[in-house]
Amino acid sequence: MIVAKTGNEALAYAMKQINPDVVAAYPITPSTEIVQIFSNYVSDGEVDTEFVAVESEHSAMTACIGAAACGCRVMTATASQGLALMHEMLFIAAGLRLPIVMAVASRSLSSPLNIHGDHSDSVASRDSGWMQFFCETVQEGYDTLIQAVKIAERAYLPALVAIDGFILSHCQERIEIFDDRDVREFLGKPKPNYNLLDWRNPILVGPATLQDYYFEFKRSEIEGMNRALPIIEEVQEEFKKRFGRGYPVLEEYRCDDAEAVVLVMGSACGTCRVAVDHLRAKGKRVGMVKLRVFRPLVHPLLKKSLAKFKAVGVLDRVDAVNSYGGPLFTEVSSVLYDLPERPKLFSYVYGLGGREFAPEDATFVFEQVLSGKKDELVTYIGVR
Amino acid sequence: MGKRLKGWQELPCGAIITDMGAVKENKTGAWRSMRPVWNREKCRQCLMCWIYCPDSAIMVKDGKMVGIDYDYCKGCGICAGICPAKVIDMEKERK
Repeated sequence: MIVAKTGNEALAYAMKQINPDVVAAYPITPSTEIVQIFSNYVSDGEVDTEFVAVESEHSAMTACIGAAACGCRVMTATASQGLALMHEMLFIAAGLRLPIVMAVASRSLSSPLNIHGDHSDSVASRDSGWMQFFCETVQEGYDTLIQAVKIAERAYLPALVAIDGFILSHCQERIEIFDDRDVREFLGKPKPNYNLLDWRNPILVGPATLQDYYFEFKRSEIEGMNRALPIIEEVQEEFKKRFGRGYPVLEEYRCDDAEAVVLVMGSACGTCRVAVDHLRAKGKRVGMVKLRVFRPLVHPLLKKSLAKFKAVGVLDRVDAVNSYGGPLFTEVSSVLYDLPERPKLFSYVYGLGGREFAPEDATFVFEQVLSGKKDELVTYIGVR
Repeated sequence: MGKRLKGWQELPCGAIITDMGAVKENKTGAWRSMRPVWNREKCRQCLMCWIYCPDSAIMVKDGKMVGIDYDYCKGCGICAGICPAKVIDMEKERK
């Protein structure tokens, strides 16, 4: 069925169709509506979900962890400071290998206070052991949230699905939604790794492990992430077979004979597509590489794709404040380091705090990357 | 001691512990600065200390309090505070 929905509405609708056992959440802009709409589904009896209204995001993630440890299918939503407040618990969810799925309407972090979209919140959580998906469109957000449940449960890892705050969360788009029954059939019943409430098989969850075992448990968690990419691709294929739509982990747009490309995540991919088409019409050999999965870092795919080009501009909607370059830029640099011949890599930071990123800005980036000349180490797009 | 430690591939996913009571091996009373001292004669055996002790360090036998397990007591003083007969004194720990 074709409907008009904002990003938040679409994600809330996906959550309704997923019908999780437990949702614990605290409202924060711009993700508030996801849970607000979902709580209506709860009170109208459209889902069986136990909804836990908590007093902070720290408690939200804690409640999610508790419920997931009892074998429940668990979801939440947050953004910005809320995700930052969950930070401590994110590691615990991942270390306990709990397949919690979280919708994030990405937003900048204070200070100064700003409620608009960039990737500061999600990217700041990159080392917590959560899988991270960045979506280009509302449709992709809806589809990805459904996929993420299956991926997380198969990989025994939590997953974060990010849509750009306000740009996607509050803008309406024409999307195709599936039947509730199809979604539930696609996901099936969760098969939890363990269940804290199974009194026949008592377990201790979250023990202290010191010098003797912590490293071994961490190593096993790392292996979980190492094995996540084939699981993501597998679920992607199943989704495509079932619903006829799919998104590769890494998409190359008009890259066949391209000399210069940009690597980009999230809604700016759409902007870059427009710029690519515009420049292609003028005979410029440019293309876009869209990165959809940020964690696991899909280094074999990145290496294979980017090695082909002469120059790559890496666009970050967040700065790592490391005095060097955006987080994606530094990671891509290290991924490409051991190639015998490397493309030139340029770092661009754009769109912080909801700053507009227009096709003209993308065109500027493409032309600079194509020229192979750049004076500054990092170019901050659109800063006065 | 001398026990073979398991490798990472032998461990349960999610760091759960499946052999119950493993924490017994981990004696947690060493860093106490105050020590509860129980007066056996004046004790009314109400077992409030046993109910409230967060470390299960009150030893009970045949329904009666028989002492304090200093291997696990952290010296928090909750037992002394809750005791209605005031028969537990907190004294400075001497090593």
